[in-house]
Amino acid sequence: MAQRPVTINPTKPGGIAVGLVLALTLGTLGAVAWRADWGCGLGAADWAAVRFTVTQALVSAGLSCLLAIPVARALARRRFWGRSVLVTLLGAPFLLPVIVAVLGLLAVFGRNGILNDALGALGLPEVSIYGFHGVVLAHVFFNLPLVTRLILQGWLSIPAERFRLAASLDAPVGRLLERPMLRTVLPPAFLIVFLICLTSFAVALTLGGGPRATTVELAIYQALRFDFDLGRAAMLASIQFGLCSIAAALAWRMTAVDGFGAGLDRSVDRWDGSRWGDAVVIALVATFLLVPLIMVIVRGVPGLLELPADILRAALRSVTIAIISAALCIGLTLALALRGGRIVGLVGVLPLASSSLVVGTGLFLLVYPIVNPAKLALVVTALVNAVLALPFALRSVAPAVDKITSDYARLGAILDMSTWVWTTRVILPRLRRPLGFAAGLAAALSMGDLGVIALFAGDAQETLPLAMYRLMGAYRMDAAAGAALVLLVLSFALFWICDRGGRVDADL
Amino acid sequence: MMKPIILTTVAGLCMATAATAETPVLTVMTYDSFTSEWGPGPAVEAAFEDTCACDLQFVGAGDGAALLARLQLEGPRTEADVVLGLDTNLTAAARVTGLFAPHGVTADLALPIAWDDAEFLPFDWGYFAFVGNAGADAPTSLRALADSDIKVVIQDPRSSTPGLGLLMWVKAAYGDDAGQIWADLADNIVTVTPGWSEAYGLFLEGEADAALSYTTSPAYHLIAEEDDSKVAWAFDEGHYMQVEVAGKVASTDVPELADQFLAFMVGDVFQTIIPTTNWMYPATTTVDGLPEGFDTLITPAKALLMSPEDALAARPAALDEWRNALSQ
Amino acid sequence: MLICEKLELTQGTFQLSADVRFAEQAITAVIGPSGAGKSTLLLAIAGFFAAQTGRVLLNDVSFMSAVPGKRPVSMLFQDNNLFPHLSIFENVGLGLRSDGKLNVADQKSVLSVLDRVGLKDMADRKPGALSGGQQSRVALARLLLADRPVVLLDEPFAALGPSLKDEMLDLMQEMLVKDAGATVLMVTHDPADAQRVADHVAWVADGVVHAPRPAAAIFADPSAGLRNYLGKMG
Repeated sequence: MAQRPVTINPTKPGGIAVGLVLALTLGTLGAVAWRADWGCGLGAADWAAVRFTVTQALVSAGLSCLLAIPVARALARRRFWGRSVLVTLLGAPFLLPVIVAVLGLLAVFGRNGILNDALGALGLPEVSIYGFHGVVLAHVFFNLPLVTRLILQGWLSIPAERFRLAASLDAPVGRLLERPMLRTVLPPAFLIVFLICLTSFAVALTLGGGPRATTVELAIYQALRFDFDLGRAAMLASIQFGLCSIAAALAWRMTAVDGFGAGLDRSVDRWDGSRWGDAVVIALVATFLLVPLIMVIVRGVPGLLELPADILRAALRSVTIAIISAALCIGLTLALALRGGRIVGLVGVLPLASSSLVVGTGLFLLVYPIVNPAKLALVVTALVNAVLALPFALRSVAPAVDKITSDYARLGAILDMSTWVWTTRVILPRLRRPLGFAAGLAAALSMGDLGVIALFAGDAQETLPLAMYRLMGAYRMDAAAGAALVLLVLSFALFWICDRGGRVDADL
Repeated sequence: MMKPIILTTVAGLCMATAATAETPVLTVMTYDSFTSEWGPGPAVEAAFEDTCACDLQFVGAGDGAALLARLQLEGPRTEADVVLGLDTNLTAAARVTGLFAPHGVTADLALPIAWDDAEFLPFDWGYFAFVGNAGADAPTSLRALADSDIKVVIQDPRSSTPGLGLLMWVKAAYGDDAGQIWADLADNIVTVTPGWSEAYGLFLEGEADAALSYTTSPAYHLIAEEDDSKVAWAFDEGHYMQVEVAGKVASTDVPELADQFLAFMVGDVFQTIIPTTNWMYPATTTVDGLPEGFDTLITPAKALLMSPEDALAARPAALDEWRNALSQ
Repeated sequence: MLICEKLELTQGTFQLSADVRFAEQAITAVIGPSGAGKSTLLLAIAGFFAAQTGRVLLNDVSFMSAVPGKRPVSMLFQDNNLFPHLSIFENVGLGLRSDGKLNVADQKSVLSVLDRVGLKDMADRKPGALSGGQQSRVALARLLLADRPVVLLDEPFAALGPSLKDEMLDLMQEMLVKDAGATVLMVTHDPADAQRVADHVAWVADGVVHAPRPAAAIFADPSAGLRNYLGKMG
């Protein structure tokens, strides 16, 4: 290729970031494997778990992506009162601690839930949420909003001029603009959701109805905590990694390169599509997402009164870790996005395939001989949370960086811009929207973390989710619901604050 | 003339500060709900520090199974001096690690079964039971439950100690017929949760008629919430016990203090704290007896408990049976 | 004088040879059929396309080893010539200093060149608020300020209407050649552009960049290929 790629993006920080992520994902797996006493291999039950895991992940991801398309289309087209709130709320289900969201879903779809009450009142037979379909439903609840947002960002990246052109030609927007855009946005989105569902644990078991719904993550949990069979845990985690790599490779082959050209930061006006169709879609999605959330809030409010005073300190601790984690995540994301390349693509997806249990255990093994883990709890938790949020942040930031580079790198080069000037004066200002989203996501995900902190924190370092679980374990369900509400509100507030910086479009 | 006075004063000060700087620390690793604000932890800490001239520090490590895993992760270098909160399903595996030393405490225990274990000393116990709503249909045996249409929620024996308890319960009561019971129970089970909190939460939300819990759960609702709507179902086959134990870590740097704590643990002060904080029966008979409300609890006719070694040996086969029966 | 010395550009099946000299302080129009490599030639001179062999010299100094920003070359592309998130003032200022840190004297220069193109009042606006013609003028202003000896234009005015395009070409000729004395290479699809402002014309076809000939002469007596091309354009 004689065409010389323009390289004014800084690549060194990216190299460091790659090393860090590899150490925290594969390195910790290695630490666990090293410590293991290698006994026998995996049994038939384990392979059944793998099969179930893959199947439910595929179906969940497929359904999430499919259903997100009309929702994103409707949201991209319509302006209505409360739209920006709805778009931000789309982030909510993903940010909830799993058990909270599951109870919310059950309040709607469970045996004793609203839906069955309504069906009973109408004389119809009740529906059971427990089973494979329940698992898929919960996964769609968690991930549909995420995919919707990713596709929405895709819509916004199509320049306004193209829509005007299509409208003036009376051309079908779907074929002309939507499909190419989806071909770039959907495969990575599918991959992310697939991997989230792959490593699912509590949802699959609670709603799956029984041991048939065992996932690899549960098997890892069991191996680590009940059997202390580190070898089996390491092997299962390796299988998870293997599945991740295969899925990532497949997703890449399907991702087309974006060829849209730059818009001029104007808003998107459109003249296609039916008002009523869109309204129905938006209403359905809003209901599906919001009612369980409302149930969580309704259950939580009475519990607020029963919260112990400690909750405030736990909340403060959680928020501090979340902010540090978001900052670390942004740094890592930028470094990786600027470096670009296939390695970064793979590294950006690895944390999704890691079992946070294995990461936590591996880190613990690495740290314990050197220093008391409790001393490092804050930093380690923030770092691991930053790495675990990395894939989502990258999915938001990397395409934007690619776009900026492909549009303006030549201009920057011919103007003799140094790497530093390019990054600070061109890349960063134009990344406000995706960076805000990424920071918000990282902060909120960190708030809900329960995995690593449990291993590292002493008693004096309780975070909010840990406090919530302890309340649950002590029969204090109402107080736990209150704590869940506080967690939800705080996570959401952090997300909103960060996201507001670049939510839909500054012009709107 | 001044010099000796100054020297003695300085020496005295040094010794005093040295003495206060050297308050021994006893580290007790236990499960999270023990150390929480409404668990036994705070009261135990206050009471023990009164008698020991030491600093008692708790380290919370999840639940019982997580406790053992954490200990194994840390190995002999662990800072824990006492591990409190394992149950009999875990003691065999714990013994094998070689991390525990004999406790050497003899106590007048009040368990329904005879206790003879050199490394592990019980501090409380309870019976597993299905807890349902008062006034609803209550089956009188596992068999009756399996034959009925009643819906229950249970925990996964692969990730939860009560789940494992139920597994052992069915095994102890039915032996080789356990698989058949599980097959019959399959249609009664709404779902299987990873832990106790989720299952009990689902039950309280009305998703099932009962959840697997302890005979002492209704006591919590009665005493703490003045709510008498929950009852435990008494089963004819007997109920499986959960005996929670503590052990002294072999590599402890304060062995006398650890011994002192274990003795304190089976003493009256500690045992009186247990019922309304940990919601289990105390391991010894306390001077004041049980709190009011505990007398309303069911007392099973038969107490089932497999020895730790038998439980460990039976587990893999029992798990397979369970998994096969429920996967149909 | 800008010299392409035995320049060979290849990429896959594409191949272009250039062994030509471009007159200084003059506009040379680069014309030819689609795919002939007109833009590629400019990219190679600018440093965005690596030549197989050969070199490019300005006043007998080769700048092949320099990165695009360090070459004595300014370039306008077909689009994306302005940063949409920076003001007009800042965009033009980049012509003076790539980090945008302008001292008082620099700021005065920016304002004066904006005044020259009649956009001084718009200095604080962003490109999105300007029309296509105005954006082109801003880009020209930056070129003027950057004051580099070689200016490469890859059809930057193609999207403007005919009269606006002519206006831009005239402005460009006045500012860059008459005032600044730059060597301008201009790729165009419209021979009328060449006839309007070009001093010389370089015909690119069949894998060769032919030596530039004076505009009047080439249009009076075109080669066979050029005649064919012009005939098609009617």
